[in-house]
Order: sequence, then C-alpha cells, then structure tokens
Amino acid sequence: MSLIAFLGAIETGLLFGLVALGVFLSFRVLNFPDLTVDGSLPLGAAVAATLIVLGWNPWIATAMAMLGGAMAGLVTAWLNVRLKILHLLASILTMIALYSVNLRIMGRPNQPLLGEETVFTPLEAFGLPFYVTSLILFFVVALVIKLMLDWFLSSQIGLAMRATGANARMARAQGVRTEAMVLLGMALSNALVALAGALFAQAQGGADVSMGVGVIVVGLAAVIMGEAVMSTRVIILATLACVIGSILYRLAVALALNADFIGLQAQDLKLITALLVVIAMTLPGMRGKFLKRVKA
Amino acid sequence: MISVSDVHVTFNPGTPVETRALRGLSLDIPAGEFVTVIGSNGAGKSTMLGVLSGEVFPDTGRIAIDEQDVTRWPTPKRAPLVARVFQDPMAGTCEGLTIEENMALAWSRGHRRGLGRAVTNDLRDIFREKLALLGLGLENRLGDRMGLLSGGQRQAITLVMATLNPMKILLLDEHTAALDPKTAAFVMDLTDRIVQDGKLTTLMVTHSMRQALDHGHRTVMLHEGRVVLDVAGSERKGMKVEDLLHMFEKVRGQQIDDDALLLG
Repeated sequence: MSLIAFLGAIETGLLFGLVALGVFLSFRVLNFPDLTVDGSLPLGAAVAATLIVLGWNPWIATAMAMLGGAMAGLVTAWLNVRLKILHLLASILTMIALYSVNLRIMGRPNQPLLGEETVFTPLEAFGLPFYVTSLILFFVVALVIKLMLDWFLSSQIGLAMRATGANARMARAQGVRTEAMVLLGMALSNALVALAGALFAQAQGGADVSMGVGVIVVGLAAVIMGEAVMSTRVIILATLACVIGSILYRLAVALALNADFIGLQAQDLKLITALLVVIAMTLPGMRGKFLKRVKA
Repeated sequence: MISVSDVHVTFNPGTPVETRALRGLSLDIPAGEFVTVIGSNGAGKSTMLGVLSGEVFPDTGRIAIDEQDVTRWPTPKRAPLVARVFQDPMAGTCEGLTIEENMALAWSRGHRRGLGRAVTNDLRDIFREKLALLGLGLENRLGDRMGLLSGGQRQAITLVMATLNPMKILLLDEHTAALDPKTAAFVMDLTDRIVQDGKLTTLMVTHSMRQALDHGHRTVMLHEGRVVLDVAGSERKGMKVEDLLHMFEKVRGQQIDDDALLLG
C-alpha cells in the first residue's frame, strides 16, 4: 500500500470516526437502532455545499449542516416517542424522506464545490499538500468531538441519557424524562453524522445525493471493530474505540482493495462491509459455542 | 399524607381480555406510617403501585400527596415525591453502569440535572459512607459494574439509593421475593432500619402474610381491586397468619384456595 493510500485511509477513518461516534450514541447509549444516518450524512453534505456556493462562510455552513442533521434526528425520535412508530421503521421513514429533501436542497443530484472557499482553504495557505491539511483538520475535529462527548456523557444529563438506554423504567423512577433524552440523543447523534457529511463534501469537492448509501453499516462496523480490539468499560475508552475502530476498518478495506491477488474492486466495498459486520456480530457467540464443544 | 380516593383502573376495556384491576380503591396513609399490603394474584397490588408511581393513570378517582393532586403526573414528574424498590433486582438498577453511577442517578432524583460532572469525589465520599453502613464491603467497589453484584446486594443498594433524597412515600414492590431466605431476611432488616431511621411513609407489597404482620404499623388486604381488610394497632398486635386468613374469609364470605396467599 502506498503512503498516499495509507494516509487516505487514516483520513477517511478519522472522518467516519465522527459517524461511528454518532452511531455509538444511538445504538449503544440509547439502544436505538437508527438508520437516519444514511440520510443525515448527505443532508449535511448538501446543506454545507449549497450554502458555500451561495457564498456563506464555510464554518457557518458546516454549523448549519449540523443543525440540519440534528433536526433529522429529532424527526426520527419524535416519530418514535410521540407517534409510537417502531424505532427502526421511524428511522427508515426519515431516511427515505431525506432523499427527497436533499434533492430539494441542492436542486439537483449533486453540488460541486470546485474553487470554492472551504474549511481547508486557510490551511492550504501554509503550502501543505491537501492530503496533509485534511488529515490535520480531521484529526483535530475528531479529537475535539470525542473529548466533548466524553464530557457530556459523564455529566448529569449524559448519565441520565445512558440510563435511558440501559433501563428506561428505572430512569423514569429516578426522575429522568426519558422521552426528552431520546430526542436530545438522536439530535446529537445525527448532528455528528451531518458534520461528517459536511466535511466530507468539502474534502471531496462536492456533495452527492447518493453518498449516504450504507453509511450506517460503515458506522456500525467501526463501532463493533473498536469494541473487538479494546476495552470499552469506561466512556473515554468507548469513544476512543469508535475512532480507532473506524481507522482500522478503513485500513482493512484499503489493504483488501490494494491486494491485487484477491481480485477485489471498489464496487465490492459494501458487500465486504456487510460481511464484516455479520462476522463481527456473530463471532463472539460462535467462539463461546466452539469453546463449549472443545470442553465437552 | 398519601390519599387514594375511589380509584378505578380497567385494562383493555371493551375487549375479551378486559381486566378490571382496581374497582374503587381508597386508602389514606398518614405521614410516617409503614403499611404492608397483601392480596392474591390479580388483587390489584401491582396496579396500585402503578397508580401511586405514575406508571398507570386511573380511569376515575384521585391520588393526592400532601393535598397535591398528582393523579395525572407521569413518573418522572412524580419522582421527587416517590421512591421505589422493584421486585426484580435487575429492574431497580442499570447493570451496565457502575455502582457509583447508579447512585449518582438516584442522587439527582428530585433535582434538576445539568452539565456538571455526575460523579464527583465529594459524592464518592458520601456514597462510601452510605454503603459502609450495609456492612457488605461495597464501599470499596464503587467502580464495579452493577451487573457483577448478587440480587441481594443490588436490592440493598437500591434501598440506599431510594433514601439518598427526601420523599413523600417509599414504595416497596415485593422487594425480597426474588431473594433466597437468608438474603431476604437481611434486606428486610435493612428495610426496617432505614424506614425507622428516616420515619419514612412506606407502602410495602408482599406475598407473605408472615412478613406483612411482622413489619410495619398497619396491614391492608386487597381483593378484586378494593381494600377488604385494614388492621392496625392493638387489633393487629398478636395477630397470627391464621387469624388473618379467617378474617379474610369472613369478609369475603368465601373459602380461599389460593396457595399464593399462604406461601412464606
């Protein structure tokens, strides 16, 4: 694997670390399987790209993208806690609706960002090559978000949110308004995913309505991979595992695609990802069964 | 003063599985009184706890805590007034969270939650002090996950958690039923100690007539969603399980053949 491919894998890994943190919030903290992210990632990209082309400051455009993601998360949570639609279905409904919303926002299936000022522009002034500037920026953003999430999840509200996912009945008995916690957590989760989308669009030079396909599986793969390689007993480790899992996943994919003898091509990516998640999810159970058989 | 007046609850009304769980339940509990509640399966014990805690809203009737009408208050809103220990040791705590995190959750019951640290060193000192009183050595295991503890240890911690903040009523939902006899006795002793020390207004539901008579100041029997027996003071003192059974038969004018009532 070339250095560029290696750095590229780390860069994408850091960026999708944000997605993994979002998925960690919904799947693990709130116990809410949320597919909205397939729509909120391109939503973030569409909002940021459209606003930047309209002449907005790229940082404000990115913040607006996060706001858009938060609203998408709120819609899913609201469909679930108020209208009592099954969480998985509620998130699929929002995801599908977002496809139309994203087309409306951009007015067409994609929005290029050629020659526009992006969040990377100030860094390029230092004369560094693009793959270094984006690496630095993604690292800083992933680190800041991880630390903020650590702080939030150890706060009183954060603890109430974790209790909501772990034992909602107990949480309510302790005065936690669990419905409010689901709304807040889903908004946060999708805001993070939209942030990843906004940065992704600026790094790739444009937003595309189909860029969200399978994002949930990639995020889930990162979370599971992180849990497989390290202890997630305390919050600071659990969030670190999301980012590390995401990087490892990207490296594994880059390795597989670069090894010509396997014969894998870029279009096989989603299939490999899905297989990887299946293996990662069933492996712990299989290992237990195997050990039992060996003992017996 | 807790006041339940003429509460009716019907589950699945108008369907073949319609259940009239409470049919005009009325019960007044003065502040500081420890009431034990018995009744066979389906008598309405769980539903009564439900309407007191806010998990079930009555169809008609009124629940008041210190003159405040709380009939329609959902559980989180009522949490500052009501503390609860569940029958299932798993239900009262989060097994994925640590002991100190569980206690911090209870520490915030009745307070506004903010973005400050949930578990601080000051709080740890308080938790250690409270847990040391149990004599189970749990004060040295604050960072352990709740799931590592036995059922009895969890119920003991849940009792301590319930008393971290003031309350108007403590609800105990057969909280020793899932424990082995020795652990159950320990948790029951602890309960008596905590209730007496704090002069807590307490409602304890139990399956055991023995337990109902041995603890508290007053015993109430539910049947078909109503109070059918209410004994306290000298009448209750010296009462035996058989007397309770006879009184129940007299009140209902029928023979009881429910083994569940005799268990324990």
